[in-house]
Amino acid sequence: MIDVINLRKQFGDVQVLNGISIKIEKGDIMCVIGPSGSGKSTFLRCLNCMEDPTGGSIIFHGEDIADMKVDINKHRRKMGMVFQHFNLFNNKTVIQNIMLAPVFVQCQDLKKAKRKNSLTKLTNVFRKAQNKKELVPITTTKAQIKKEAYEHAMSLLKRIGLEEKADVYPSTLSGGQKQRVAIVRALAMNPEVILFDEPTSALDPEMVGEVLDLMKALAKEGMTMIIVTHEMGFAREVANKVLFIDEGQILESGAPEEFFGNPKNPRLKEFLSKVL
Amino acid sequence: MGNFDQKVNKFLEIFIEQNGYAKVVEGLRNTIMIAVLGLIIGIVIGTVIAAVRVIPKYKVLPKVLNGFCSFYVGLFRGTPIVVQLLVFYYVMLPLMGIRISGLQVAILVFGLNSGAYISEIMRGGILSVDAGQMEAGRAVGLGYWTTMLRIVIPQAVKNILPTMGNEFIALIKETSVVSFVGAADLYVAFNYIGSNSYEFMVPYLVMAIIYIILVLIISAGIKIMERSLRKSDRRN
Ligand SMILES: Nc1ncnc2c1ncn2[C@@H]1O[C@H](COP(=O)(O)OP(=O)(O)OP(=O)(O)O)[C@@H](O)[C@H]1O
Ligand SMILES: [Mg+2]
Repeated sequence: MIDVINLRKQFGDVQVLNGISIKIEKGDIMCVIGPSGSGKSTFLRCLNCMEDPTGGSIIFHGEDIADMKVDINKHRRKMGMVFQHFNLFNNKTVIQNIMLAPVFVQCQDLKKAKRKNSLTKLTNVFRKAQNKKELVPITTTKAQIKKEAYEHAMSLLKRIGLEEKADVYPSTLSGGQKQRVAIVRALAMNPEVILFDEPTSALDPEMVGEVLDLMKALAKEGMTMIIVTHEMGFAREVANKVLFIDEGQILESGAPEEFFGNPKNPRLKEFLSKVL
Repeated sequence: MGNFDQKVNKFLEIFIEQNGYAKVVEGLRNTIMIAVLGLIIGIVIGTVIAAVRVIPKYKVLPKVLNGFCSFYVGLFRGTPIVVQLLVFYYVMLPLMGIRISGLQVAILVFGLNSGAYISEIMRGGILSVDAGQMEAGRAVGLGYWTTMLRIVIPQAVKNILPTMGNEFIALIKETSVVSFVGAADLYVAFNYIGSNSYEFMVPYLVMAIIYIILVLIISAGIKIMERSLRKSDRRN
């Protein structure tokens, strides 16, 4: 699904990623672990080009999205992202946070289709009867889009048990609630993969569980997820692939049993002995 | 005090009987119009400049735009408003063959001028919004400008509202120089009354009071707006 080939990233003179190659398959739950400053976040943020890679390719849907010429917004809609600090839109209510992007994107598509049709109609005037171009079928309206997005958002909120919080602002939520809303905000776009950057690191300990539970549920449903985490227990239980990154390179990767049970790389051994 | 009573009577005579009140109403309207329209133009220009100036700059176009914006801001912040008024009215517009009234020139120049100041205020406001807000918008597939307009700028505006209020007040006060290009503001109205009664004490006193009242009203308005904008911070 995502093919990362020799990915490199440099900040100024500092080489942060030194050629990372990895294939992510549909349904993969890939956990990324490693010491602080090793480049885990940078790796994750390069996958949807929040940081522009300075070398290598990221093949998604047969296109190299590391190429600055592709329409990155189009691809990001299929790659959700969940941040350590939630980053809910502070000026929007919970339900608006979830609905904003789906409604905007669909309304934009609708506008485009309408514009295209007006152009076709105009040029059809000059075409012979047998040459007339077909119009793009328009099956929806702005109100319809909004209504469906609202219903979808409400069902997502119901799923995380926060439907009564639909109309409050994010500042009134607890950390765990914020992160769960952030996760369903990503889900609202029906992404093919979700990237998580330490989704529980900023949470009070008693709220970690509720977020991990939601992530586990998504994993069970077959969502493809790439998760940078310090939760070794979670990685062991949920992941089907674990990566150890240090100094911008993948030093070891494998299924969790092997990875945690029988680590080979000395740096990984040392790292695990510190965190486990 | 008899002397002062006499002055007041003189003032009232011109104010009421010789159409002084009409001049004052006109002047007040022009003063407010220049300040309000200037502020609106300034907000539009300032927001665009600020958004341009915070774009990440590794492409050529943002660099060029940014250079132009810096030049613009430097120019308008680096010269007195009176000079700008005079240059526009007597130099720029005639050279371009455009003939507009002093009032229109005043609105234009105050808009361009406050645009330069507001761009700096707005830039500070945008930078005060957590970078995570822009990232989150981009991550769900919204474009830079969409995220800027819908997410970042609304939050920036909330942060800078008190400063913007001060800018508006400054604007109201600075309009008192527009008579340099023949726009009839409050000063012109009271100067008319003074000249006709050969008596300036009361007219200018009343003018000062009107300015103070205007500023007080604006301050109160800003407080109300701030309170209603703060609703996204409140716990409920
Ligand atoms: N925008 C940036 N500009 C310059 N250097 C950066 C930037 N972002 C990250 N770095 C550097 O890149 C290196 C890797 O950072 P990164 O955030 O990817 O580490 P990490 O593995 O996620 O660490 P942590 O576990 O602390 O989150 C660090 O040395 C960091 O200082
Ligand atoms: Mg990190």
